[in-house]
Amino acid sequence: MLNLFDTRGLRSQLKDSIPVAGLCPTGSYGLQDSMRSGFTSVKNELLPSHPLELSEKNYQPNKDKMNFSTLRNIQGLHAPLKLQMEYRAARQIQRLPFLQSSNLALDTLRGSDESIGFEDILNDPAQSEMMGEPHMMVEYKLGLL
Amino acid sequence: MATLTVSRPPFGGFSFENCRRNAVLEGEANKVGCSLPAARKTGTTICGVVFKDGVVLGADTRATEGMVVADKNCSKIHYISPNIYCCGAGTAADTEMTTQIISSNLELHSLSTGRLPRVATANRMLKQMLFRYQGYIGAALVLGGVDCNGPHLYSIYPHGSTDKLPYVTMGSGSLAAMAVFEDRYKPNMEEEEAKRLVRDAIAAGIFNDLGSGSNIDLCVITKGKVDYIRPHDEANKKGVRVNELEVAQLTGDYKYKRGTTGVLSKTVLDLEVVEETVQTMDTS
Repeated sequence: MLNLFDTRGLRSQLKDSIPVAGLCPTGSYGLQDSMRSGFTSVKNELLPSHPLELSEKNYQPNKDKMNFSTLRNIQGLHAPLKLQMEYRAARQIQRLPFLQSSNLALDTLRGSDESIGFEDILNDPAQSEMMGEPHMMVEYKLGLL
Repeated sequence: MATLTVSRPPFGGFSFENCRRNAVLEGEANKVGCSLPAARKTGTTICGVVFKDGVVLGADTRATEGMVVADKNCSKIHYISPNIYCCGAGTAADTEMTTQIISSNLELHSLSTGRLPRVATANRMLKQMLFRYQGYIGAALVLGGVDCNGPHLYSIYPHGSTDKLPYVTMGSGSLAAMAVFEDRYKPNMEEEEAKRLVRDAIAAGIFNDLGSGSNIDLCVITKGKVDYIRPHDEANKKGVRVNELEVAQLTGDYKYKRGTTGVLSKTVLDLEVVEETVQTMDTS
């Protein structure tokens, strides 16, 4: 049972890596939600709605990349390698995908257990009003979807 | 719902979902001729000066919302740590939340290092956060405090640049206040002289800038002691309302006096008490 849950199926990993832009509008059943996002236009779908949107989405990965490459330049390849191994191990300690996991080990490794940012105050995922569909999310994680 | 976000776990922080809708709404509103309400700014005069033993921070107390005064006595000098205080100009919510977040982070940091926090640490945390959001967080701050290395004063701009100077001013009234500083600043002033200088600089901002007004708040930080004087000086006193008929009362009285309505006739009926019964209630 543990084996099934700590590896993601290849298909789901592939899906995440290819960004699909503009082919799937965000309303229900894939239709355009005019109330929320206005009329359709190619520009609307290709460009982000706010200049900070892309930068914020990639902030944590970019910061990690920068830190790891600095560490590699200073201390050699072994340092980021060991740290990334620890990160990967800590990232696997999770609850089922639709439940909120505390990520305590990952937070301690990253050092974010000693700082408070907007991600802790605004839009706390533990208090979001919508929950993902449990069956679909688990199937996606196992790669069966 | 057919499209669910199954791939990415939800994460906190800013959500940009409504940006497009807001842009469309603003466009529609502008076409009709009205405009969306503006965020409450503090349209301010804030300043700080380093004197012999520490730092004096000063601020006015008016918060504006477009062309209307939203708060006549708001407090613009925020607590960051026991030895560091920060004045904020710009969007009121942004300065409030930014200083609170940095205050929490500094507290955690000082618990982890076991030392009193330094002003340079607060400065670095603030500038890194403001640069990350590229100026969209409209908070212009004057940060001052005394730590193990002496008194320090920084000014931090919304895009993330900082200056370390002996005297700084920010806000819409900054030019008026800076004029006073440039004229009368001397290094190594005494505390009373520094307080008078800051008071005069803020008063210059209050009287010459529309966005600043009301009272002057001061905060004197020295090694081991913080004096938060609010209000130090009530530069603009609002008049006292006097009711012409009743000079003794200061506020209006809405009760009508006897005789306002003419009385035609008067009958008095005495009520007779026939019976009195007491019913006990169980209130346990």
